[in-house]
Amino acid sequence: MLRPEEELSKLIFEKRSANTASWLPSPGKEAEEVLKKIPKDLLREKEPEIPSLSELDVVRHFTNLSRKNFCVDTHFYPLGSCTMKYNPKSLDAFASFPGFADVHPYADEEDVQGALQLLHEMEIFLSEITGMDAFTLQPAAGAHGEFCGLLMAAAYHHSKGEKRTKVLIPDSAHGTNPASAALCGYEVVQIKTNPRGHVDPADLKSKTDASVACFMMTNPNTLGLFEEDILEISRLVHEKGGLLYYDGANMNALLGVCRPGDMGFDIVHLNLHKTFAVPHGSGGPGSGPVGVKKRLAPFLPVPRIRKEGDRYRWEHSAPSSIGKLRSFYGNFGAVVRSYAYIRALGKEGLRAVSENAILNANYLKKRLEDIFDEPFDGFCMHEFVLSAARYKKQGVKALDIAKRLLDFGVYAPTIYFPLIVEEALMVEPTETESKETLDRFVEILRAISREIQENPEKVQGAPYTTPVGRIDEVRAARQPNLRYHSK
Amino acid sequence: MDTSKLRYTETHEWVSLNGNLARVGITDHAQREISDVVFVELPKPGALLKQKQSAMIVESVKAAFDIYAPVSGKIVKINEELGKRPELVNQSPCEEGWLFEMECSDLKEANGLLTEEQYQKFKTQPTH
Repeated sequence: MLRPEEELSKLIFEKRSANTASWLPSPGKEAEEVLKKIPKDLLREKEPEIPSLSELDVVRHFTNLSRKNFCVDTHFYPLGSCTMKYNPKSLDAFASFPGFADVHPYADEEDVQGALQLLHEMEIFLSEITGMDAFTLQPAAGAHGEFCGLLMAAAYHHSKGEKRTKVLIPDSAHGTNPASAALCGYEVVQIKTNPRGHVDPADLKSKTDASVACFMMTNPNTLGLFEEDILEISRLVHEKGGLLYYDGANMNALLGVCRPGDMGFDIVHLNLHKTFAVPHGSGGPGSGPVGVKKRLAPFLPVPRIRKEGDRYRWEHSAPSSIGKLRSFYGNFGAVVRSYAYIRALGKEGLRAVSENAILNANYLKKRLEDIFDEPFDGFCMHEFVLSAARYKKQGVKALDIAKRLLDFGVYAPTIYFPLIVEEALMVEPTETESKETLDRFVEILRAISREIQENPEKVQGAPYTTPVGRIDEVRAARQPNLRYHSK
Repeated sequence: MDTSKLRYTETHEWVSLNGNLARVGITDHAQREISDVVFVELPKPGALLKQKQSAMIVESVKAAFDIYAPVSGKIVKINEELGKRPELVNQSPCEEGWLFEMECSDLKEANGLLTEEQYQKFKTQPTH
């Protein structure tokens, strides 16, 4: 007999009952007639492996799986650069209203005026929040937004008769930035970070010329630091005819405080699933709206929403548009949640989001400064990066600390990112955590720090309380086995 | 292996020079930092590269890393064994785990690279 935890970790395909037919309806006569019409060589030789389980067994299977999950609804989740804030359940309720949940993308414009109004207003809200002139809600998530933004940058330069071949990216950037640039056919050139943790203006200056299409950056950057030289950077890039691209991954620090558009950014993508309370992780759906300044608006993907009088309609023809990027108009359900979030919080509420996110991060940073190294001095924005390099002496790595945190019921911070910090731990508490939770996190890290001194093996062997311990990442990457099939 | 004859870059490549032929790999320090290598994307033989230009990619369980040409020149040989056994970069970074060979077009560049002593000093400086 299997031990309970083994029984619980079976895949649903392994739970197939011996009597296959027991729960599945029999195909019946009509199916037999259909089968006769299908040529023999096109018929499958073996029956499909469909799990045959009762409703109760299926419910138990998925309920038990969900209980193994580590998520914002169950645990503190300080995963840096991901903004794993708590998403109010009311937003799900709004998105479930039949007028939103049951509309069909092929419905006649006249029948879905309310949904179109919401999308149109959302474009205006996001333009106002970021300081841009026009938005598309079409991209499905952040990297898709980057792809959209870079295609528009290319179209813009092309329209001016210019062929620009390079995209500049800081060495602290998210991996999606160079990936998106490469996908759009650009050569990626790295810009150094200076000892203060900011884009090095001298390095930027030396690499900015008429071959540069775009400089992609986040602000605050991935070290959680505000790029104070942003106006100078903007001047340098624009002077040579390049564009400035804003990766909105860190927008949670700026809501209602300052705007990328005012800093000189020409293209902005936002992640509704980070900043604007759309559930996030493990496949989404996310949403990556892209905003632009007026001179780039003709290149936005089609369709666009137009308001005429008090009616809304789709506009499909736009001669300079980069075209269509996704079916219909993006992930509508995600946009509804974010729309409700923005309406509920209002201008003051949004500002409070960022102020509290920054306050929480600085509180944690200060309270952890004696047990970790801080690669950069001073205040941070909504997140910060620590280095666990001092624990290498005991043979303990950032990875081990991250795993040990799971035993204490805390999700691990982002580790080994950004790449320019040794043994990096990147912490983003978000605005939705209480001081009590933050204090508990500090106490847990202090306990782990003591463990490293007294009993490093304990930390190296963690986690002990999770359904799965250390997975063999090396073997999984070297010999990937991506397909399940039974013996 | 005697590494005292090797030359180094600040991006943690080592170079072994034989006439104008430069064999290139990553240092022991670098392989330790990036941890287990799971994939290498080798350059194409015949490719012409400028010094400090990205030549290839080494991917570890942590991230993907660009490997830069330590000198300008032409790629003449690559270590094909790494396609099957990327772990050689970890197990033997300065010997069996070498990455590629270049015909160095300007020996002056090679002379400007770090010596063993300079590199040992450089790598112990904190990143920031």
